[in-house]
Amino acid sequence: MAGMIGSPVKRKEDPRLITGNGYFTDDIKLPGMLYGTFLRSPHAHAVIKRIDASKARAFPGVAAVFTAAELADKMKAVPAMWFLPGCELKPKDRPALAADKVRYVGETIAFVVAKDRYVAKDALDLIEVDYEVLSAAVQQEQAMQEGAPQLFDDVPGNLALLWKAGEIPDEVFEQAEVVIKERFYNQRVVPNPMETRAAVAQYNPGGGEMTIWCTSQNPHIHRMIYADVLGIPESKLRIIAPDVGGGFGSKIATYSEEAVVACAARELKCPVKWVEERKEHFQATTHGRDEVIEVELAGKTDGTLTALRVKNTANLGAYLSTFGAGCPTIDFGLMVTGAYKIPQAAVVTYGVYTNTTPTDAYRGAGKPEATYQIERAIDLFADKIGMDPVEVRRINFVPKEAFPYGNAMGVTYDSGDYHLTLDKALEMLDYQALREEQEELRAQGRLVGIGFSTYVELCGFGPSAVAGAIGFQGGVWENSTVRVHPSGKVTVFTGTSPHGQGTATSFSQVVAEKLGIPIEDIELVHSDTQSVSMGWGTYGSRATAVGGAAVSIAADRVVEKAKKIAAHELETTVEEIDFTAGIFRVKGDPDRQRTFQEIAKSANFAWNLPPGVEPSLEGQSFFDPANFVYPFGTHICVVEVDAQTGEVFLMRYIAVDDVGRVINPLLAEGQVHGGIAQGVGQALWEGAVYDENGQLLSGTFMDYTMPKARFFPMIESAFTETLSPVNPLGAKGVGETGTTAAPPAVVNAVMDALKPFGVKNLDMPLTPQKVWRAIQNGREKQ
Amino acid sequence: MIPNQFSYVRAESIDEAIRLLHESNGEGKLLAGGHSLIPLMKFRLTTPSTLIDIGHLSELRGVRKAENRLVIGALTTHREVHSHPLVQEHLPVLAKAAGQIGDLQVRNRGTIGGNLAHADPAADLPAVALALDAMLEIQGEDGAEIASVDGFFLGPLVTALPDTSILTSVSFLIPPAHAKSTYLKYAHPASGYAVVGVCAIAAKDPDGAVEFIRIAINGVADVAYHCVAVEQKLQGQLPTEETIREAALLAAEDGEIGSDHFASEEYRRHLCSVYTERALRDLLL
Amino acid sequence: MAKKVEVSVTVNGKAYSAEVEPRMLLVHFLRETLNLTGTHIGCDTSQCGACTVMVNGEAVKSCTMLAVQAAGCQVTTVEGLGEVGNLHPIQQSFWEKHGLQCGFCTPGVMIASIGLLQQNPNPSEEEIRDALEGVICRCTGYQFIVEAVKHAAQLMAVDETETGNALQIGEGR
Repeated sequence: MAGMIGSPVKRKEDPRLITGNGYFTDDIKLPGMLYGTFLRSPHAHAVIKRIDASKARAFPGVAAVFTAAELADKMKAVPAMWFLPGCELKPKDRPALAADKVRYVGETIAFVVAKDRYVAKDALDLIEVDYEVLSAAVQQEQAMQEGAPQLFDDVPGNLALLWKAGEIPDEVFEQAEVVIKERFYNQRVVPNPMETRAAVAQYNPGGGEMTIWCTSQNPHIHRMIYADVLGIPESKLRIIAPDVGGGFGSKIATYSEEAVVACAARELKCPVKWVEERKEHFQATTHGRDEVIEVELAGKTDGTLTALRVKNTANLGAYLSTFGAGCPTIDFGLMVTGAYKIPQAAVVTYGVYTNTTPTDAYRGAGKPEATYQIERAIDLFADKIGMDPVEVRRINFVPKEAFPYGNAMGVTYDSGDYHLTLDKALEMLDYQALREEQEELRAQGRLVGIGFSTYVELCGFGPSAVAGAIGFQGGVWENSTVRVHPSGKVTVFTGTSPHGQGTATSFSQVVAEKLGIPIEDIELVHSDTQSVSMGWGTYGSRATAVGGAAVSIAADRVVEKAKKIAAHELETTVEEIDFTAGIFRVKGDPDRQRTFQEIAKSANFAWNLPPGVEPSLEGQSFFDPANFVYPFGTHICVVEVDAQTGEVFLMRYIAVDDVGRVINPLLAEGQVHGGIAQGVGQALWEGAVYDENGQLLSGTFMDYTMPKARFFPMIESAFTETLSPVNPLGAKGVGETGTTAAPPAVVNAVMDALKPFGVKNLDMPLTPQKVWRAIQNGREKQ
Repeated sequence: MIPNQFSYVRAESIDEAIRLLHESNGEGKLLAGGHSLIPLMKFRLTTPSTLIDIGHLSELRGVRKAENRLVIGALTTHREVHSHPLVQEHLPVLAKAAGQIGDLQVRNRGTIGGNLAHADPAADLPAVALALDAMLEIQGEDGAEIASVDGFFLGPLVTALPDTSILTSVSFLIPPAHAKSTYLKYAHPASGYAVVGVCAIAAKDPDGAVEFIRIAINGVADVAYHCVAVEQKLQGQLPTEETIREAALLAAEDGEIGSDHFASEEYRRHLCSVYTERALRDLLL
Repeated sequence: MAKKVEVSVTVNGKAYSAEVEPRMLLVHFLRETLNLTGTHIGCDTSQCGACTVMVNGEAVKSCTMLAVQAAGCQVTTVEGLGEVGNLHPIQQSFWEKHGLQCGFCTPGVMIASIGLLQQNPNPSEEEIRDALEGVICRCTGYQFIVEAVKHAAQLMAVDETETGNALQIGEGR
């Protein structure tokens, strides 16, 4: 169907989900299935002196209680998969269950399996554990200090990694006309997809096959890691991610719980289910961010930026998580110069183990932190030289004609036109008029602020050779098969693993356009390692740019083969065949034609194929892109601050995003809204707060503020389309734009609003109390 | 999150419920809407051995006018309180506060009696009850008695309600016809509970002086409290921006102000004044 | 072991009877006993609203209600709203306006929205946002949910003029 790409098609996924016919992991019920629940550490750092599970084992309805002792020779600890080279990385795997020491509140100690979840929960209360409580290292800078509690004997100073890229001599900053030095804390946030993690495992003791249904963003990565952890060959381990209720990065990681569930199913020869409670999610599923970022930005009074030096002290939590080493280094460090032609840049990252939940990718993973520091620093720079922050951005933008552009950190931006989104956003805002209004309101004592964020992010992972060079223990290509059935109906297989993105719709649009068939004739198969030969999953805004590209190429290959068959049947050459809107026609003789469906039948029946053409009609692609893709855009936030209470109210939010080719504008806008809500959430409300003992104070939805409907105005969203040369769709990626762009846009707006009080910087989240205090301090100084 | 085991009895009358409470030796709890109790039980923070369900006792529901008071049955839901014509006519501030409790779903299940008996200091009704001189009808083994809400709240989740008694209804004083009233709430952005909730009722005499004033606050302190200092400061005064501001500065005087990681004691004190000032400006200027 | 109790309840127009532990939450009764897995559990503290169902015509959180409390009640879950080919206006609107992404919170959000529209058939944007206080959606940023609820209000207003019965759910829908 022509015009499918770029059309706001209603989602194919929805009829199932809106009628209660979704199939999430907790919906699975197998005959004889048992239910498991984990005993978790109440202490952040303690030696386990004794575990006595005898009462729990004797409790009626309990099938087994596993502790580290029972699992010692049954499974391995769960390793990370990003081993950054050249940074003295000291990876620490997640133990299956804690044996002698616990290192964060929520670490698993025992697994109770019982006939139902009620009994399992009752038995859990009967397990006795004696702890020798140790003092905890919670905050990363403190954990690095001499005398701080040590998590591991062989990791002095709790320093897990030290990554350096580039060097700039001090003189550059000493001699610069203008230097901004600031410390930004990018606070720890909790991903909180609405579906928590869950797993169901079923083992066949006869053949040794294991199936794990789990909440995964990348089932093939889960298969690769758990195969090793469980000692089951990949050929006998099947991972299925059924409907998955959001991930935001937290379901990339491989965890010990899922592997323990599988191990228990194998031991008990019964299916076992485990579903994480929300309180457990807060403690046990990876967190995001938690980076102390110190920035030195040098420039000239004419507004030109000349050098950027950044130090990131990142809290990795108690163990090295799957992508944990990569987020604050590669993902962050390569993007610190943002959308600006800053000639010199250098980054050093300290990765630190602490007695907290391990951190890993969270929607954006490093890029939001990179964007935050440069977008905040540039506002401080503009303020210092007395120039409009918009003007400073314009002066320093990488110009349109410079693409492909190699930034100072060595990565090459594929395409861009940064003035384009800025101009459009300013027009939507009516900038000059708003600045005038702001002045009038200020005169009345009202605190209105305007904040900008002109971001660029690295996504669409990516060339596999680069992944290898940076120590990622896997590939990042993508796989698709487009299989045409005799009727002309099509099954598309993809290695990406959607969990809310609407990929079944957007990929079907690509195939519908390419094959000229109705979208209803196409079904997408994904997230099952037995159906899909290989794939690397959905994260890093890679689904469309890499997975979609593979689908597009595979569909092209179908057409290529179909044309040969059509030419044969129509007694002409392939060159003479024109394929449009699902019809193969002989050029100049359009009455001689075959429909796509006719050729599908011919190919599958194989009664009369041209010489050298094999039966069936199927295209396959293993697409490994030549580069990452670099979506960009301009977000503008307008806030009003209640001077009496410090509350921040969003008045307007404008997002102009350029994500390359937009396959489905409705879905793209949905991604933008959701990302902005999370980004604004980080800016204003969200934050995992630990006390000095490593207890999570904001550990439920009662005290961790999730963005709610009433916090937002209608977001004004628009797209421009600057195509990427990296893939045949010209697509970039839209999933992480909001979390990347929004935090600095919001904070810049609040800082602008607080200008009358001389407030330069406040760390996120900008809670009312924090803003109020800043206003108070400002008043006292005046 | 699963409660401990307990046995369950559906009481057929108030008397039976009282008898069952007595028989449970302090281990039993009444179940009405369950919106305060069940969350605690799911976290196993409370583990009653018996739940005595009174949720279906229709005699504990409804609103009626009795002289200068409205009497509201303990099982009347927040939504019913919020939308009831008698409440809207005579106690608009109670209607307003009830409409701000929790969320739509919670208001459909949560009850006025359960809310008061649970005594969460950050709930919205305690301040309204104090400001409207609520009287609680409490039935026990020895019959019914009427207790003032003043002195009912002893601490967080602790009240003067005996273990074997039932709060059956609450009556609220209807303020003078010319009085204005409001409930202003600063909701915790996550929980929706009041960080501060100010209930204020005021009326002016024909000369413009304050002749009737009642202010109470919940959210900031261990228990909801009556703002005597503010009332005394304003009683009989001609309200001006100045007098209101000065009086509002006393809003935290009568409470033991608490603190947490969202709002420190200093910030809570400040919010008390800001919200009291806003409430009084609404009513008096 | 506490004595089990008999619970008879009508769910989506169908009568059910079962012996359950008194502590069984209504949401577990629906999901585990009746296999109605469209209703979800997203938190432990009655905040997220993924478990919202209708009990006697009112939207309530089924994670904060015991199954025994629903005895004798009429319960409607997402499965009782409508089915493909005969969708309830709220389902139709969530589909058309892209009011869902992962779809996990959606059943609860739709039912909470019906709860709003029953009380206020023509809500403003602000009223819709306030009414969504009892649900959390992590995917959509709520904007398309708000638009879906507005759209549903319009569809239901039309429905009402045609049938005089816009809000009936459960049987016969």
